[in-house]
Amino acid sequence: MRGLRRGEPRELDLMAVACLAPSVLYVVLMFVYPFLRGIYLSLRPGKEPVGLSLANYVAFFSDEWQYGTIWITFSLAVPTTIVVVATALFLAYGMRRGIRMERTITTILVLPVSLGVILLSIGIQGFYGTRGWFNQLLVGSGLISEPLRLTNNHTGVMLSLFMQQFPFCFLMLLGYISGIDPTLEKSARTLGAGSWTVFRRVMFPLIAPGLAIAFALVFVMSFAVFPSAILLGQPAGSTRTIAIAAYHQAFEHYDMSYASAIAVIMGLCQLAGLVLIVLVRQRMVLAPTMGVGKR
Amino acid sequence: MSSQLGSLRFRITKRFGAKTVLDDFALTVRGRQFVTLLGPSGCGKSTALNIVAGLIPASDGELWIDDERMDHLPTEKRGFGMVFQNYALFPHMTVYGNVAFGLELQRRPAAEIRDRVQRMLQLVQLPGYEERYPSQLSGGQQQRVAIARALVMHPRLLLLDEPLSNLDAKLRIEMRAEIKRIHARLGLTCIYVTHDQTEALSLSDWVVVMRDGVVMQAGPPQEIYDRPDNVFVADFMGFRNFFPGEVTSAGADGQAEVASGPLRIRGRPRRTLASGEAATAAIRPEDVQVGGEAAAPNRFDGKVEIVEYLGRDNEAVLTLASGTSLWVRTPAHLSPGETVPIAFPPDKVILLAGAAEPRPT
Amino acid sequence: MRGRLWHLALYIFVLGFILNLLGIVTHVTMSAFAKRWFGTPLPPQFTTDWFVYAWNNFDLDRVLTVTVTVALAVVALALAIAYPAAYILARRNFRGKALLLLLYFLPLVIPQMTYGISLATTLYGWPIGGTIVAVILANLVPMVPLAIFVLIPFFEQVSPNLEWGAQTLGASRAQIFRRILLPLTIPGLLTAGVLILVNTVSNFELTFLVSGSGSQTLVVALFYNVFAGGVRPVYSVDAMALMYMTTVLVLLLIALRFVRPTQMVFRLDRA
Repeated sequence: MRGLRRGEPRELDLMAVACLAPSVLYVVLMFVYPFLRGIYLSLRPGKEPVGLSLANYVAFFSDEWQYGTIWITFSLAVPTTIVVVATALFLAYGMRRGIRMERTITTILVLPVSLGVILLSIGIQGFYGTRGWFNQLLVGSGLISEPLRLTNNHTGVMLSLFMQQFPFCFLMLLGYISGIDPTLEKSARTLGAGSWTVFRRVMFPLIAPGLAIAFALVFVMSFAVFPSAILLGQPAGSTRTIAIAAYHQAFEHYDMSYASAIAVIMGLCQLAGLVLIVLVRQRMVLAPTMGVGKR
Repeated sequence: MSSQLGSLRFRITKRFGAKTVLDDFALTVRGRQFVTLLGPSGCGKSTALNIVAGLIPASDGELWIDDERMDHLPTEKRGFGMVFQNYALFPHMTVYGNVAFGLELQRRPAAEIRDRVQRMLQLVQLPGYEERYPSQLSGGQQQRVAIARALVMHPRLLLLDEPLSNLDAKLRIEMRAEIKRIHARLGLTCIYVTHDQTEALSLSDWVVVMRDGVVMQAGPPQEIYDRPDNVFVADFMGFRNFFPGEVTSAGADGQAEVASGPLRIRGRPRRTLASGEAATAAIRPEDVQVGGEAAAPNRFDGKVEIVEYLGRDNEAVLTLASGTSLWVRTPAHLSPGETVPIAFPPDKVILLAGAAEPRPT
Repeated sequence: MRGRLWHLALYIFVLGFILNLLGIVTHVTMSAFAKRWFGTPLPPQFTTDWFVYAWNNFDLDRVLTVTVTVALAVVALALAIAYPAAYILARRNFRGKALLLLLYFLPLVIPQMTYGISLATTLYGWPIGGTIVAVILANLVPMVPLAIFVLIPFFEQVSPNLEWGAQTLGASRAQIFRRILLPLTIPGLLTAGVLILVNTVSNFELTFLVSGSGSQTLVVALFYNVFAGGVRPVYSVDAMALMYMTTVLVLLLIALRFVRPTQMVFRLDRA
C-alpha cells in the first residue's frame, strides 16, 4: 500500500479517493440529485406530464394567493435582516476590544439557537401573548391601557426571527471586527480623527466585507422562514410565506411538481437578494476612496 | 515647519488591576530633544508612551505642555504624531490616501494637501509612490510612509513606539540613519521607545532606562554607557561580568578596590564609597585584556572553557581561580583548556554601590 | 466617556435579552405545571398531571425512542463518513479542492426549506419514504458537511511528521490510524459528535418534511401538537415542551464541556 510522501502531487491516489468517496457520493446523491430533480420536476406539471413546461410557474404568478407570498416573505425577511445586522454591528463594534464576562454573554446568546425555533415560538406565544407576562406587566403598571398585539401577526414572527438570527450574526461580526488590527484605530486618532470619523473612514470600510456576508446569510435564512410563520403568525393570512406555500402544495395538495416550482422560485428570490447585496457592496467599495485632494 | 514645543512635563502612575505598571514615572522633555525610553519588555515604556498620546488613561498623574495641562484632552486633540511598530497603515487607502488622511480631516484646501504630501514623500525618499497600496510596499517603505503620515501634520511632538523592531537588521541600520536625518532636519521633539541599546545610544540626546515602571537611570547616552549607576543599567549596557563584594580601600586618585571572594579588583567608583561598603565591580567583555604584559593591579589567570568565533573577535568564557566565570571578547586566539593571563584595566572597571542583584534573564 | 455609554447600552441589551429568554422559558415551565392559567401573573394552582397526560396521549415513549435512535444513528454515520474525508482535506491539496469544499458547504448555507422539499419528494419516491431511515438520511445531508468542517482543523493540528515518524518505525496504515490518528483526534470526534447531536435533536425543517407519523422526533411531534390547535390543552403541550427543553438543556450542558459557545452557532440556524 502506498504510504505518505512529502510534497504531495496534485492528483489523488486510490486511498485518498476512497476516503473522500463516501462523503462526496452522499452529498451528490442526497443533495445535488434531489435538488436537480426538484428543478426538473417543477418543469413537468400535471398528472401525465409531457415534456417540459413552465405551467407551474405561470400558475404561480397568475394566482395572487401564491405570488403574494413573495412580497409577504420579503416584508418579513428584509426588515428583520436590517434590524438584526444593525443591532449586531452596533454591539459587536462596541465590544471589539473585549468585555468582561464575554464567555457568559456568548453562552447566553447561544441559548435561543440551541433551544430551537419550536420551543422559542411556544414560549414567545405564551410570554408575549395578550395575556402573557409581558403585557400583564405593561398594563398592570399603567404604562399602556390595552395589551400590545405581539403574537399571531407579523411582529411575532419577526420577534422569533430576531432571536434566532441575532446570536449567529453578532458572533460572526464580533469575530470579524476583533480581527481588525487595533493599531489602525489608534493611529487614526493620533491623526485627529474622532470616534465617528474613525468608524466611518477607517473601520467601516474594513468591516464592510464581513457585513455583506452577515447581511447575505441572515437574509437567506430569514427568507426561508417556516415554523415561526405558522406558530406565531397567520399562516393563512398576513404571514403566509413562500415556504408555507411550497409546503401546502407538497403535503396538502400532494402536487409535488408545483411545490418544487415554488421551492425553485424561493431559491431564485434568495439568489436575487444575494446579487443585490453584492451590487450594493461593489458600489460602496468605490465611495470611501474618493476623497478630497486625490489626484 | 513644525510648531515648536517649549517643554513637555509629566508624572504618571498606571495600574492594571493589582499590578502597578508605572510608579510615579516622571520626565521633562525640552523642545527639539530626542528622548528614548529604554528597557526590556514589560518595563512600562510603551504604556508610558500610550498615556502621553492619550490612548490609555493614567491611573494617576498629570501631563503639561508649555504650562498647559493636557491630561483631559482626547488623543485626537493633542496634535502628537505617532509611529507604531507595525506601521498601522490603512490597508484600504493608497500611500497618498494614508499620508493625506490627517490633513483631510482638518479640511485643508486640496492644493495645500497635495503640496504637503508630495514634499513629505520627498523627505522620506519615496517620491512617486502616491498611488501604491501598503500591501505593495516593503517593510522599510511602509515604515517611511508611516513616518511621513505622522510628520505631514507638523506635530509638536513625535512619539515612536519601537518603530524599527519589525525590520531586519540591515534595514534597521538604514532606518536609524533616516530617523536621525529627519530629526536633525526638522528639529522635532521626539520620544522614542525601544529595547535596543544601540538605537537608544545612536539616536538620543537623553536616555531613560526603565525597569518595572521605575526609572533606573536617566542621562545623555555617553553617561549611561560609560558610567551606569547600578547593576541593571550596567547589564543592559553590555557589562557582563559582575563581581559582588565589599570595598577594601576607598582610594585616592578616583579609584577604589573591591574584594570579591579571593579577587581584589581596582576600579572607578560611580560615587564615593566607604570602606566596608557592599559594592560590585563590573567590566565589559571587550575591555578585558587577554594575554601579553599584564601589569598589576587586576591581574588574574583564567582557564579557557568555551570559545566562539565571531569573525572579528572571539567570545570566550574563562574560569578564574575563584571559580567565577568571565566573559571575554578579544581578537586574540584562544584554545579551550589553556590558561591565559588576563587583566582588567582599572579605568575600565566600574564599581557600583550595592550588592549585585540576580542577573535578569 | 463615549465608551461608557456604549458599554452601558451593551449590558442593558444583554440584560434585556436574558430577561426575555428567562421570561419565555419560565412561562413555559409555569404553564406546564399549571392546573389552569388565564391572565393572572401566576397560575392559581399547580399540578403535575399534564406531564402524565402528555405521556399518555402524545405517544411520547415512541417519540423519544425515535429521537434517540435518529440522533445516535446520525452521529455515528456522519462521523464515519466525514472522518476519512476530513483527513484527506486537511492533508492534501489537489485540483478541484476548492470546488469540493464549496460542494460540502452548500447544504450548510442553503436553508433547509429550500432544498428540503425536493429532498422529501425524492425520499417519498423510494420505499423508505416517511420512515425513520428517511429521517436519518435527511439529517445526514447537512450533518456530514458539518462534521467535515469541524474535523478538519483537528486533523491539521496533528503534524504529518508523526505519521511519517511512525512509518519509519515500521507501522502499517491500519496501525497508524489506530494508534496515532485516532487517539489524537478524539477531541475532534467529541466536538463534532456533540455538535451533531444537539443539531439533530433540535432539527426541525428537514425532519418535519421527511418524517411520517411513526418517525417523528420530539421537536416535530411538539410542533404537531401545537399546531393541532384547540384539540390539545395548551398546558399539556407546554409540559411536552418542557420535557423537550430539559433534554436539550442537558445536552447543551454536556456539549459546552467540549465545545465553545461560538461553535454552537456556526452551523447555520433556521428560522
